[in-house]
Amino acid sequence: MKPGPFRYLAPASLQDAAAMLRAHADAKVLAGGQSLIPVLSMRLARPTHLVDLGGIPGLDRIEVTDAYVRVGAMVRHAQLLADEGAYAALPLLRQALVNVAHPAIRNRGTTVGSIAHADAAGEMPSVLAITDGVVEAVGPDGRREIAARDFFAGPLETTLAHDEIVEAVRFGRFPTGTRTAFRESARRHGDYALAGVAVAVTVENDRITAARASFVSVTDVPGVVDLSSVLAGADPATADWSVVDETVDAHLQPESDIHASAQYRRMLAAELTRRALAEAVAQPSTASAPGAHR
Amino acid sequence: MTDLNAADLLTDELHDVTVTVNGAVHTARVPARRLLSDFLRHDLRLTGTHVGCEHGVCGACTVLVDGRPMRSCLMFAIQAQRHEITTVEGLGDSPERMNHVQRAFTECHGLQCGFCTPGFITTITAFLEDNPDPTEGEAREAVSGNLCRCTGYQNIVKSVLRAAELKRSEAEPPAAETAQSEESESR
Repeated sequence: MKPGPFRYLAPASLQDAAAMLRAHADAKVLAGGQSLIPVLSMRLARPTHLVDLGGIPGLDRIEVTDAYVRVGAMVRHAQLLADEGAYAALPLLRQALVNVAHPAIRNRGTTVGSIAHADAAGEMPSVLAITDGVVEAVGPDGRREIAARDFFAGPLETTLAHDEIVEAVRFGRFPTGTRTAFRESARRHGDYALAGVAVAVTVENDRITAARASFVSVTDVPGVVDLSSVLAGADPATADWSVVDETVDAHLQPESDIHASAQYRRMLAAELTRRALAEAVAQPSTASAPGAHR
Repeated sequence: MTDLNAADLLTDELHDVTVTVNGAVHTARVPARRLLSDFLRHDLRLTGTHVGCEHGVCGACTVLVDGRPMRSCLMFAIQAQRHEITTVEGLGDSPERMNHVQRAFTECHGLQCGFCTPGFITTITAFLEDNPDPTEGEAREAVSGNLCRCTGYQNIVKSVLRAAELKRSEAEPPAAETAQSEESESR
């Protein structure tokens, strides 16, 4: 259970890091390492070079604007979890982050790293998806932006080129009147979820105008399912949340494994969605959150 | 015939890695792939840090990095160079010099075989800095990332609560001061 030999590279800038990736076809990016290092120790991957982003200045910033919360590549989960500005702007970030592993992992793992890792069991890829987030990538030939829906290509697979690095991600903010919730079920809190869901419900004048959900561990990639057509016009106080069941079920692609059957995951995802929707509408809307960022 | 990939042809390149552990500066010549856990145990002979699963699940190897608990098996020693590492030895290295968490574990029978204990001690020490007066539920959640194969969790949770009491009583000033000023100090 030890990683094999590799060359350790510590670039001083993202441009240098991208050039190193281009020069070495079997190089991997190291950020928090909480997914990569176990993979190396189990020898599931044998990169020739590790390009450590840890020494590059300026990657640990969180920026909140009217439109988004921007999270740099070296922002640790724990840092984003504790950030009051980010929470006020987008409560879903904290609602989801408390489910990411355990404190010792959150202290080192990065939010951007978990998105670039694109594990279908990861919480933060589905949060990026449901917020219509954007990935800011840097390569040797310059920068480009990739919408979340174009970023996730499959389990552990993204559309990032080998020599591109995610410099930051932008989680989009929801319209006024939107309430969110995140629910997941794991054998032990902090473990990989059997199923999980993020929901966002927009309420105007006591009527639901829009609703959407994205999932953890029950879809190959974190896509977004629009629930507006089945929930629009409903009174959030009396809504029958089971009207979303069919739409949700059609969206899921769960697999059976040692932990749970596909059928059980379907049942779990539907129940979690109903509970999350009820929990969301009971929340204060983001616009009236205490200390809301403007 | 197994597939050979480029990494199979690599040999180790050695680095002089300097890490501050428990206040002392140590240097060792190690390959980049040396995990911090192995650096502590093999190179520095600080065997208080235990290695269980080696992939971040069990928590036995948890050390404090700049005061925050992290898995030493999920870090390379070369990444620890600009940081202060505290191991269980740095919290109390003899029966006469135990910290509040170690004393609580002895009082409450918080360990059986003791293998997982160093990871619990470091995790709980950091937790009580953030939350000096946890509820039982918070104590349980705080240790949820650490596994005890003796399944001694009931007494470990008791130890967290007892350690919080010991820490608060240590923090109490000998002279009579108001409870309020003490509270604000410990936050």
